[in-house]
Amino acid sequence: MNHLPQAWGRPRDDVYGAYDHSHFQTQLPNQHTQSPIVTGTSVVAAKFKDGVVIAADNLASYGSLARFTDVKRLRKFNDEVVVGFGGDVSDMQYLDRLLNSLDIRENYSNNENPLHAKNLHTYLAKVMYKRRSDFDPLWNHLLVTGLDGEKKPFLASVDLLGTTFSSPTLATGFGAHLAQPILRRTIPDEDAVANVSQEEAVKLVQECMKVLFYRDARSMDKYSIAVITTSGVELKQDEKLENQSWAFAERIRGYGTQVN
Amino acid sequence: MAAIFSGAPPQGGPGYSFNQTPRTAPSGLRQHHGFYPYTDNGGSTLGISGADFTILAGDTRSTSGYNINTRYAPKLFKIGGEGPDNKNARIVLSVVGFAADGDALKERLDTIVKMYKYQHGKEMSVAACAQRLSHILYNKRFFPYYVHAILGGLDEEGRGALYSYDPVGSYEREQCRAAGAAASLIMPFLDNQVNFKNQYEPGSGTGHDLQAKVAAPLPRDTVEELVRDAFTSAVERHIEVGDGLQMMIITRDGIQETLTPLKQD
Repeated sequence: MNHLPQAWGRPRDDVYGAYDHSHFQTQLPNQHTQSPIVTGTSVVAAKFKDGVVIAADNLASYGSLARFTDVKRLRKFNDEVVVGFGGDVSDMQYLDRLLNSLDIRENYSNNENPLHAKNLHTYLAKVMYKRRSDFDPLWNHLLVTGLDGEKKPFLASVDLLGTTFSSPTLATGFGAHLAQPILRRTIPDEDAVANVSQEEAVKLVQECMKVLFYRDARSMDKYSIAVITTSGVELKQDEKLENQSWAFAERIRGYGTQVN
Repeated sequence: MAAIFSGAPPQGGPGYSFNQTPRTAPSGLRQHHGFYPYTDNGGSTLGISGADFTILAGDTRSTSGYNINTRYAPKLFKIGGEGPDNKNARIVLSVVGFAADGDALKERLDTIVKMYKYQHGKEMSVAACAQRLSHILYNKRFFPYYVHAILGGLDEEGRGALYSYDPVGSYEREQCRAAGAAASLIMPFLDNQVNFKNQYEPGSGTGHDLQAKVAAPLPRDTVEELVRDAFTSAVERHIEVGDGLQMMIITRDGIQETLTPLKQD
């Protein structure tokens, strides 16, 4: 018999084995997302005279594996807002559901004043900042594009830390290094936006998508592009990069298999 | 009460059996906490108070690493006043460090100052606002707002008032303060030019006979010039500072705002 009273009436270790404490006691708090899993790469956007262009390719990578090749990363919210998602794809899908429920709620309560791009940007910024403050971040970098309350072109970004900023041209991920300099060459500041036509802006963004495909190993030549103007959203989701020229590749030396 | 009847053995006492049972889950190799909730968005701010005015200034560049996020992201915010564009506000807050925390802090202080007016029927004084800001920061000291804040306005006597803060709410009223990326470049310049540190009366003697030049509030145009000089110099030597210089000058007539270009390189 066991002479320790606190053990009486309990299953005997020598018969049933020691109690498995792992069921109720862990040493660390709940594990939240520590790193993204399936990811989308750059999103590129630029303002022009009377609207905004935004583009992102249709690839979702699993590390270095090109896992899903038909993932649409631009989301039309209404006739004047499009959101582009970079980063974790499952978190993008969560945000997509969140925006769906927001849209339904908004449409029930009022019809006169639909949410514009600035509203949606503020909303998403608060969501992202809340989640980072809970140490449970949504691993995305978003670009919110469209028209603001005065029907002026609007372009701003939110990242997983809740950091927000706005600029006449924006690009996330690899695009911040590769596309942003190209975009800034044509649209250096807010004043330059007035001199850029829709055709020029679209061509500029397409050029950026091409440069990104040349140099970003996690990119693809199939992409989505959206143009938002006062006449609505024109979203194309099955575009293919045109006029690719790999002639430059022949001249590249110094890494890969050949050394010099 | 629940603890008494839980049946769990007393902590540190013998286990259920003569065989000691493990008390905690087996600790295998766990993944390290990988998410860091802060970043530094660069930039610099500075504030100088005078006899009947306060000037706050900040550059408008926002960075992450070597990237420039945008060339126009203001770090100066009007606090209080009416409506979303803070009409007739008399207090200015500048925040530099982690921009998302800065925006959150601004938003909280702004609503508090506006609510104060609704509830008390009078404007909040700068001294009260300054103390409230300290409390907001201190309340979050275990997960701080990663910002260096400077608050400016006019005190009850109409003199320039300037308060500076650390991220956990320590604060102090000062004549001048530089904060942010180029603080270590600007602050010594300000010590010398505003508080006349290491300046002596010419011909007052040598060694211990030297008479220190006494600091007095500077006129407004001199201060504006100092601010411009401080920033043009900081731009030359710090890569996170540049693009634009935003200034807010608080006088008894209200807040005057200016934006002048800085080098973009």
